[in-house]
Amino acid sequence: MRNAFADELTKLGMDDPRVVMLSGDIGNKLFDKFRAAQPDRFFNCGVAEANMTGLAAGLAMNGLRPFTYTITPFVTTRCLEQIRTDVCYHDVPVTIVAVGAGLAYAGLGPTHHACEDIAFLRALPNMKVICPGDQWEVRAAIRAVAKQDKPAYIRMGKKGEPTIHKGPLVDFEIGKAITISEGDEICLLSTGNMLAEAVEAAKMLGDAGRSTRVVSFHTVKPLDEACLEEALARFKLVVTIEEHSLIGGFGSAVAEWAIDNGQDTRKLMRVGTPDAFFKRSGEQEYAREQLGLTGHQIAHRIMERLA
Amino acid sequence: MNMVLREPNAEMLRRKAAELRGRVVLMSHQAQSAHLASSLSCCDVLAAAYWHALRIEPSKPNDPTRDRFILSKGHAAMAIYTTLAFRGFFPVEKLDTYNQDGGQLAEHPPANLLPGIEAATGSLGHGLPIGCGIALSGRINKAQPYRVYALLSDGECNEGSVWEAAMFAAAQKLENLCVIVDYNKWQATARSNETLQLAPLREKWESFGWDAIEIDGHDVGLLAKLLSNIPNGSGKPVAIVAHTVKGKGVSFMEDDNNWHYRAPTAAEVEAAHKELGLI
Repeated sequence: MRNAFADELTKLGMDDPRVVMLSGDIGNKLFDKFRAAQPDRFFNCGVAEANMTGLAAGLAMNGLRPFTYTITPFVTTRCLEQIRTDVCYHDVPVTIVAVGAGLAYAGLGPTHHACEDIAFLRALPNMKVICPGDQWEVRAAIRAVAKQDKPAYIRMGKKGEPTIHKGPLVDFEIGKAITISEGDEICLLSTGNMLAEAVEAAKMLGDAGRSTRVVSFHTVKPLDEACLEEALARFKLVVTIEEHSLIGGFGSAVAEWAIDNGQDTRKLMRVGTPDAFFKRSGEQEYAREQLGLTGHQIAHRIMERLA
Repeated sequence: MNMVLREPNAEMLRRKAAELRGRVVLMSHQAQSAHLASSLSCCDVLAAAYWHALRIEPSKPNDPTRDRFILSKGHAAMAIYTTLAFRGFFPVEKLDTYNQDGGQLAEHPPANLLPGIEAATGSLGHGLPIGCGIALSGRINKAQPYRVYALLSDGECNEGSVWEAAMFAAAQKLENLCVIVDYNKWQATARSNETLQLAPLREKWESFGWDAIEIDGHDVGLLAKLLSNIPNGSGKPVAIVAHTVKGKGVSFMEDDNNWHYRAPTAAEVEAAHKELGLI
């Protein structure tokens, strides 16, 4: 996803002279093309995320479209107050771009895990929270935020995620979920880098005779309420899937909406990370297995729930 | 950048600063609002900026070529509200709505509500990073030869984000950026230098790659000259370490940190106005 981001942002920078790239001393060579094309609009802000975020707000106040970028905890939690006060309170078009969502950097340890950021950022007024499911959604999300005039958060995996969509998404809209495959009985709502696991889970459920729809719910805020309403009316079970804590994330957002809108919450099931730091060493796949987040495990849990 | 340096009218600026102080004392009494002494210490800086140095047109508060002034020490909101009103950004009568239910003049400056307020502040350490962004955007957008000023408190210099921004501004040679530190030697509850070691403050800014100068922060004439002389030709951002007195202008408030939180009585307002030569 990060290579897609750098590539798409380089193209966007050519089209839109307002685009400014701010990096927190990360992305060795990743932004070389952007920097070569727009030397006056790329800044390595150093290991100083609070200033990078306030700086971005100042740039945006004066008509520019800054993107801030580094590893998820540092571009979100580290400078949360700057995001809240400088970006969201002023309601200026800064896009916060995070790499390494959830357990993408599992091997680097809990300092680099990011399973609370959706909770923090979706609580902020004016902020849109976008969690693309593959590289094509990343590219479309970058284009979509550039067309609006508001703060945005784009939460990416890292590199090498499976590509789910076949090509560019011409109809991508912030706040409008994308159906990946159809089904009748179970509806999987996946956000962010869990999309491939959701697709795998659906395949296994299908093989077991359970017709399953997969939706890439790339925007956590604002929620696609029409999609949720239809899913809860039609399906026997609606499952939220995310690589984020069950506290305050996508599943929480859906559950809150369901309660506030008189929906049948008994149909809801949430899959996410527990309220704990994952302290073992190991890569993302290992961490997912330990936490029950692989496609196979998700399918198994759903079968148990329906049994 | 072409600069027209006018000789400041120091007597006029002193008078403006006294008028600002008088109104701030009254506001604090009417609203029973804190932060009076912090507001009084920066009135000379505000007078020098708004009645001499800043290239601003109150009828065009969003003119893209205007100089920007960010009150990073947002708790001195009473002082910036009074300055903006007296300078014509909004009606003076609006000052009576300070801290009243439903008004626009909260105890810290708001975002996107009042003409002349460039950035919402109140959480410390935010004004300089935002100022860096505005200064840098002038370079990116080209042909916008404005200057950006950020007024910081000494207590605010506790915040790491101040020094992150200081390093960024120096690395990027933001010569259109000017920091003024209202160095009144107090923070909310204690002496600033005893809370976290701030001294030597001028040398700190210099070591961070800025041009820095240490002055009497109540010398309005000198302040006016220095604030007009940005960029100063060195290619560096400029820090003015302005030695001030908390509660300046009212003898029984000067250097008494109880006035960080206390509001004056009606009798104290009258005594203050007498001292300021307003009655």
